Amino acid sequence: MIRVSFLSNLINGISLGSVYAIIALGYTMVYGIAKMLNFAHGDVIMIGAYISFCVTHYLGLPAWVSVLASMLVCTLLGMTIERLAYKPLRSAPSLAVLITAIGMSYFLQNIAQLIWGANPKSFNSVVEMEPLRLFGGQLIITDEALVTVLSCVVIMICLTLFTEKTKMGKAMRAVSEDKGAAQLMGINVNMTISVTFAIGSALAAIAGVLLCSTYPALMPTTGSMPGIKAFTAAVFGGIGSIPGAMLGGILLGIIEIFGKSYISTELGDAIVFAILIILLLVKPTGLLGKKINEKV
Amino acid sequence: MKKMTKFVSIALAMMLVLSMGSVAAAEGALKIGFIGPLTGAAAVYGTSAMQGGQIAVDEINALGGLQIEFLPQDDEHAPDKSVNAYEYLMDQNVQVIVGCVTSSPCVAVADYAYEDRVFMLTPSASSTAVTEGRDNVYQVCFSDPAQGAASAQYIGMNGLATKVAVIYNNADAYSTGIYQTFMAEAANQPFEVVSETTFTDDTTDFSVQVAAAKDAGAELIFLPIYYTPASMILKQAASMEYNCQFFGVDGMDGILTMEGFDTSLAEGVMLLTPFSADAEDERSANFVAAYQAAYNETPTQFAADTYDCIYIVYEAMQAAGLTADSSYEEVCEALIAFMPTYSYNGITGSPMTWNEKGEVSKTPMAVVIENGVYVGK
Repeated sequence: MIRVSFLSNLINGISLGSVYAIIALGYTMVYGIAKMLNFAHGDVIMIGAYISFCVTHYLGLPAWVSVLASMLVCTLLGMTIERLAYKPLRSAPSLAVLITAIGMSYFLQNIAQLIWGANPKSFNSVVEMEPLRLFGGQLIITDEALVTVLSCVVIMICLTLFTEKTKMGKAMRAVSEDKGAAQLMGINVNMTISVTFAIGSALAAIAGVLLCSTYPALMPTTGSMPGIKAFTAAVFGGIGSIPGAMLGGILLGIIEIFGKSYISTELGDAIVFAILIILLLVKPTGLLGKKINEKV
Repeated sequence: MKKMTKFVSIALAMMLVLSMGSVAAAEGALKIGFIGPLTGAAAVYGTSAMQGGQIAVDEINALGGLQIEFLPQDDEHAPDKSVNAYEYLMDQNVQVIVGCVTSSPCVAVADYAYEDRVFMLTPSASSTAVTEGRDNVYQVCFSDPAQGAASAQYIGMNGLATKVAVIYNNADAYSTGIYQTFMAEAANQPFEVVSETTFTDDTTDFSVQVAAAKDAGAELIFLPIYYTPASMILKQAASMEYNCQFFGVDGMDGILTMEGFDTSLAEGVMLLTPFSADAEDERSANFVAAYQAAYNETPTQFAADTYDCIYIVYEAMQAAGLTADSSYEEVCEALIAFMPTYSYNGITGSPMTWNEKGEVSKTPMAVVIENGVYVGK
């Protein structure tokens, strides 16, 4: 019995962690390439979930259409935000960009409140499969958990292949290493950053849909706490590193669930952040982060 | 020329300021200010309450006699916005405040109303902090301690379960208040509390809390919380295939009107509420019919509470010899003296009486959700 509840906690932790990991990928890619913290990322997730909700609930279209629609809208939104709010500040001090990102985060929350109202909406799961029952029904793995973990792994593999094998991926790595040199080598830096935002925002849409499928209350502030947790995960794994975001996200999810279930539900979040502080004291670059001498 | 314009505008502004003081509430109608969340996370409560109040006002105005002007203001369930709404209403010369709908804004406004000597009757702000130490604030709903103790008694008396779990929000005064009195009363009841877990406003994952209840073998989960987290807990329990009885309090009210909510998840959920829309007495039936005709939805207890509030103010004002021309200070002192002697028969309880502290005494009842509607137990 203890073993089953342990396994069940582990699965819940991996499932929650996978959502964090997908969100963290968005943070880490943008940080790695544009060297900025896009605090509006969590709110793009929320917008993605709302788009999916509208497409299924108001238009009555199937779930997969809603996922595609929300990816499309979020991609456009991400690129627009980058073009309008961040690009003009490319050479500004990093503090100005950070404040702009925080402003953008509030802007998106308020826009969502204006369009959809602040009443929470109950999100219907986009996954409609039978849950997996193990040990004679004692251990139930929900269909949402299966899809979330699977998506996380697939996204991770695709992103790694993309950055390693494609021309655009190489351009991204070049820009992340040295923006000036990359430009001298004929890489279109603005275009590369724009594509990074597009990919990050499309991932945010997927994360939003998966997040709300598992935890179905959708409101304008839905993205903010998972956004902060995912940012923590990105730092935990080493910001700028794609496998780091994945590892950090999943570890964070597991620590959160185990902390709550074996220590105290009251201390769940405190434990997560305490471990982050300890880790950063011991290894300031995060688990998989490289030590780089920053100019900022 | 510029100087002239400046002078004229200053003069006009001064006239405006001076005239504000002299406009008395002498238009022949009693002005009742209403404050509640009409937007924001608790909008379901405020909107229901406002609509219920409006039904009562329309009924009273149709009678002839004392007329009421109803002035609703939005506070977004935020104390600072609530105080702004209160200031605005006082500028409009309201004589009585019906509100606030939620506890924390109500505490903030009650401080000002106590200083200004304005009578406040809240339909649903159930925290004891609302009435504590203020003689001018009265409640129509049960206070939180009353809800916690009444829930424990109801579960024990009706033998709903022998093992009970509690999941509450430890970042919220409302939830924690009910939890504490529930636990105190549970000690005297023939059931055992086997699991107590908490969450905060930012919590999205409830797997641990529900699993703890399930592992402890709880047959009933008591949820002294609002309906948004409750909807996630119901979904979590369903995905774990954990069939147990859920028992909520007034914060659970509203779950059925949440957009997109799969009401089959709430099938069998019980909640303690003073009002059930299928009540058979004539007055409740008339209220439900009028509300459905006007707003095309079934009234919640928040609507019924505010409906009663308006009638209480209306009846008490007349019984205490007040008129639409009485100043708010006169109304306040007269009602403070009158309320403890008053017994009101309403749709959320009859009779309802009040003690000197402003707390109501009435009999609670439980409803169960069947096929997406409340059914009286």
